[in-house]
Amino acid sequence: MNLDTIVKELDLKVLSGQDRLDAEVSGGYVGDLLSDVMANSKEGDLWFTRQIHQNIVAVASLKDHAGIVVIQGAEPAADTLEKARKEGIPILASARPGFETIGRVFNMIAATKSPEEADI
Amino acid sequence: MWKGLTTNVLSHDAAIYENSFPVEGGTFDNAGHVSSQIKALLTRMKLSKKVVRRAALVTYEAEINICSYANRGRIHLRVTPEHVTVEAIDEGQGIADIELAMQAGYSTATERIREMGFGAGMGLCNIKNFSDFFRISSEIGKGTHLKMVIRIDKDFDGI
Repeated sequence: MNLDTIVKELDLKVLSGQDRLDAEVSGGYVGDLLSDVMANSKEGDLWFTRQIHQNIVAVASLKDHAGIVVIQGAEPAADTLEKARKEGIPILASARPGFETIGRVFNMIAATKSPEEADI
Repeated sequence: MWKGLTTNVLSHDAAIYENSFPVEGGTFDNAGHVSSQIKALLTRMKLSKKVVRRAALVTYEAEINICSYANRGRIHLRVTPEHVTVEAIDEGQGIADIELAMQAGYSTATERIREMGFGAGMGLCNIKNFSDFFRISSEIGKGTHLKMVIRIDKDFDGI
């Protein structure tokens, strides 16, 4: 499933990386502790976080994430968006709470996978 | 403190790339900059994605530690046909009790650092877990020296 499908289904606001919405999303990771995200997220993950400072861009870039979703209507700082645009990292904003946002994306991705590979 | 073998093989093979990168302490404004540079360099050297990501991860954690706790520091990268070696050398407060600092969840981070999602007491554990060799030494009031080695030929799951 690509990022664009998720953006449209959840009506996410695209704040950066408009030209990277064809990125394949293979799974997701949820976390606000950057070391936890560094250690446990995977390539192609969509990362859900409440953090909005510019260091989230480095983490997503270093871990080859498909993009970052900031939840609960959080607004990333201006320097975060500037850095994300420079590095081509999609930042998407969800007006909904994290639980709902993540649940909906989980179901979308799970529906595209067979039960054997449902470990997303 | 060593993780893994304490052999000298690491210094035997000739470097195909070697460079030092300065890291500014006491600020997160450029945090991750050196890690990104090193990731790009290793990618251009056509190393496997797993090796590149492990190197990027250990470099990032070491860089964040310098930003959090040191006045200044540098990250030294050495690449040979067999290993990627990353050393983080800082001038800073040093670590009083290394064994304690290595414990998962232990952190001396300030509120300011924690608010940004750093300082969860996972950094040194990540470094240890994602490198094949790891050594840490520190002197109070002087600084800390980390050495991480990643074997290029080794298959490593989970990243």
